[in-house]
Amino acid sequence: MSDVQRPGADWELQFVIAGCAEKRLPIEIVGSGSKRAIGRPVDGAVTITTASLRGISLYEPNELVMSARAGTLLSHVEAELAARGQMLPFEPIDLGPATGGPQGAQTIGAVFATNMSGARRIQHGAARDHLLGVKGVNGRAELFKSGGRVMKNVTGYDVGRGLSGSWGTLAVMTEVTFKVIPWPETAATVIFLGLPDNLAIELLSTAMALPVEVSGAVHLQASVAARLNHPGLRTLNKSVTALRLENFATAVTSRKHRLKEALKVYGKALELDHRETLEFWGELRRLSVMPNRQTLLWRISTKPTTAPKLVAAIKRYMPVEAFYDWGGALIWLEAPAAADAGTAEIRRVTAIHGGHAMLIRAEPAVRAAVEVFQPLSPPLERLTRGLKAAFDPAGILNPGRMYANL
Amino acid sequence: MTLSRMPEPDRTVLDRSDAIIKDLETLIGVDGVIAEEEGRRAFEADALTAYRQAPLAVVLPRSTEDVAKVLKYCDESGLRVVPRGAGTSLCGGALPTADSIVIGTSRMNRVIETDFVNRTITVECGITNLAITDAVSPEGFFYAPDPSSQLACTVGGNLAMNSGGAHCLKYGVTTNNVLGLKMVLMNGEIVEFGGAYLDSEGYDFLALIVGSEGQFGIVTEATLRIVPKAETARPVLLGFASCEAAGQCVAAIIGSGIIPVAMEYMDKPAIAVAEAYAKAGYPLDVEALLIVEVEGFEDETTRLIRDIVDIARSFDPTVVEASTSADHSARIWKGRKAAFGAMGRISDYYCMDGTIPLARLPEVLTRIGQICAEYGLKVANVFHAGDGNLHPLILYNANDADEARRAELAGAEILKLCVAVGGCLTGEHGVGIEKRDLMDVQFSPSDLAVQMRIKSVFDPYWLLNPGKVFPLSALEASASERPATDQAA
Repeated sequence: MSDVQRPGADWELQFVIAGCAEKRLPIEIVGSGSKRAIGRPVDGAVTITTASLRGISLYEPNELVMSARAGTLLSHVEAELAARGQMLPFEPIDLGPATGGPQGAQTIGAVFATNMSGARRIQHGAARDHLLGVKGVNGRAELFKSGGRVMKNVTGYDVGRGLSGSWGTLAVMTEVTFKVIPWPETAATVIFLGLPDNLAIELLSTAMALPVEVSGAVHLQASVAARLNHPGLRTLNKSVTALRLENFATAVTSRKHRLKEALKVYGKALELDHRETLEFWGELRRLSVMPNRQTLLWRISTKPTTAPKLVAAIKRYMPVEAFYDWGGALIWLEAPAAADAGTAEIRRVTAIHGGHAMLIRAEPAVRAAVEVFQPLSPPLERLTRGLKAAFDPAGILNPGRMYANL
Repeated sequence: MTLSRMPEPDRTVLDRSDAIIKDLETLIGVDGVIAEEEGRRAFEADALTAYRQAPLAVVLPRSTEDVAKVLKYCDESGLRVVPRGAGTSLCGGALPTADSIVIGTSRMNRVIETDFVNRTITVECGITNLAITDAVSPEGFFYAPDPSSQLACTVGGNLAMNSGGAHCLKYGVTTNNVLGLKMVLMNGEIVEFGGAYLDSEGYDFLALIVGSEGQFGIVTEATLRIVPKAETARPVLLGFASCEAAGQCVAAIIGSGIIPVAMEYMDKPAIAVAEAYAKAGYPLDVEALLIVEVEGFEDETTRLIRDIVDIARSFDPTVVEASTSADHSARIWKGRKAAFGAMGRISDYYCMDGTIPLARLPEVLTRIGQICAEYGLKVANVFHAGDGNLHPLILYNANDADEARRAELAGAEILKLCVAVGGCLTGEHGVGIEKRDLMDVQFSPSDLAVQMRIKSVFDPYWLLNPGKVFPLSALEASASERPATDQAA
């Protein structure tokens, strides 16, 4: 059991890191700890939690900007935004339920540190796209800031955005500033049933090329759709291909018609109303169709047109089930448990088709033994080590969290 | 305008310039190297024309491999390198030093691949911004970042500066529209970052490279996101009796839940000049003019314009003119689009680029007027109101050295003001040499140290685009952290 530190101020965090740097003690960095079951396990002598760095420090609804201390719960951030009719554009995904953790436990710092975005990413961009400013402490115990609170800022290098997706291995963020958007007046979902993967992705690509601003484009294989809560969709024993529209009411109505007209060759469409739409996409955001069990969960990023081929190629080696998000650009893939997590096959197939794969769910021993994150090309690996050394020369921040020996 | 000092040229490099030019010609052919003085003169400045310095030589590579060969040679020979796209930088981002090799990307301007199904385009980085949209436009797409110089500026330059434009309120800036890059490092190594898929693997190097002002490497190819064009776009012109009312109106529109595709602001001096030149029918008796544009299908834009006009009514607009046709829209935009050119016809101007929190707009505009008056100069404001990105144009006579100096000093005061109210030095033009010495107004020594160490990861001997972004004093302070080199610092 490692020593747990809960700094409540930037200087306290600096003090703790300085002490560890001096003694070269490895530190595990956590927010609420909700992602401990993801990534490579860290064997820290000290654990630092940002849980006491909490609170919203700035919110200007008329400027679409909020700042929050890194340990602020995402649920708190979203409640404050909702009270003013606003939201996080990138719909951060909650991996808790799929990885055996609680739902709704993650902190806003962790959302940006892992750059995990949900369905709306396809329309509005990823978490990193909305990050305007960061304050943090690096492995040298230096407090630094990057960016700021204004929407357009190219002053100096974009260090803050560069920290997104670094899983606490470069710095501990203490405050994040991000762009928010208004909740749409209403939302609707158009659904097509029973399409095979390749036709479904073709449909999604066609829809994304129309000027109707589709804000969610997913395809669930029949076996995956059977896990939905929605009673009408769960029991059909058919694949579900869904498109979300968000706008003011009359625009949603007219765009829905345009969408159905353009896609009529794919069959008759079902519709979900506003309430059902919120439920359906809420489920996907919690990844409820990939419930926690003794199977592996992979997350693969690729070109939409490649995605069905990639899944079919993996299927030649193992039985897999797929949930395609982002119009096919993201695949959530469930595979049977294996000592090597199917790494050899999945990585080989991904390399052939282009893209990158991350192992999301597996036993800790498996995650410690295999490459969880996409292995890097030699020049990228050299730059990655260089960047790590620039921020954390003693290698004390979340060592091994992303890559062994880093 | 010569307040910023450039690093001293290395005499030992200048002494062997003939040999260096021969080597470069051997590497990529005689027709790829410009060595005679007249030819080099064409590369002595970018759009920040007050600073001029011809480079030692200019190299115009035709391929990524050419770039790699030249960079490797320069790295081994300890030569400084200045990357250059179209030379439209407003901050001196492409200003050479006398001992530097300019690598111009103008010959690398091909579209490599368009993929409409996956909504991406891969281009060589010497292609102009507008040529990208032209390449995808027949299929109903466009490339979203649209800096004013889009006819001339290259995507390589856009990547270096993380350029924005009028439409970034809705579509984001360059960094939000890049999926993958091919870049040559100073040592000649060719590295690919990301690709035709979302969210690159490992660390977010794309985030660091975009906006690094040509100091990390030379980007030779980019894979970019393309977006379907909206069915129609419609502007409304709103005139106000005070800049406070216009500023409040902007905040109220955004606060209402409408995100217009563009919201442009012009003040009285800017309106007068633009109208005199473009005859757009702008009212001359208002203090502030807003052009608010929305897009979507016909019926949607009608409704959005109605909503915006309703909101604007609370701020007593003296002019409300909603576009009724495509011609009308073009006329409303005509003056705004011509504003910078029109201003250039009556006076030299120094274009600033700070960003501020929107709520501080009225006081900042008042203070900008005061600052310029204190320096005996006139100012006109034309800017992107939706995101608080100001472009005060300080008018001065470039042939009057004292006036030029005062313009530069007033500009620095304005940028310090932007930082003081919670904003930043530059919203879309970049730091370059122009704002280099103001960086410590916005950043602490450790903020700058963190940035400079990233530079050292990519370019340990600091040969790429020297003398830009960081104050020379900060560079000297950080020198002890860098690897020892026999090259001049």
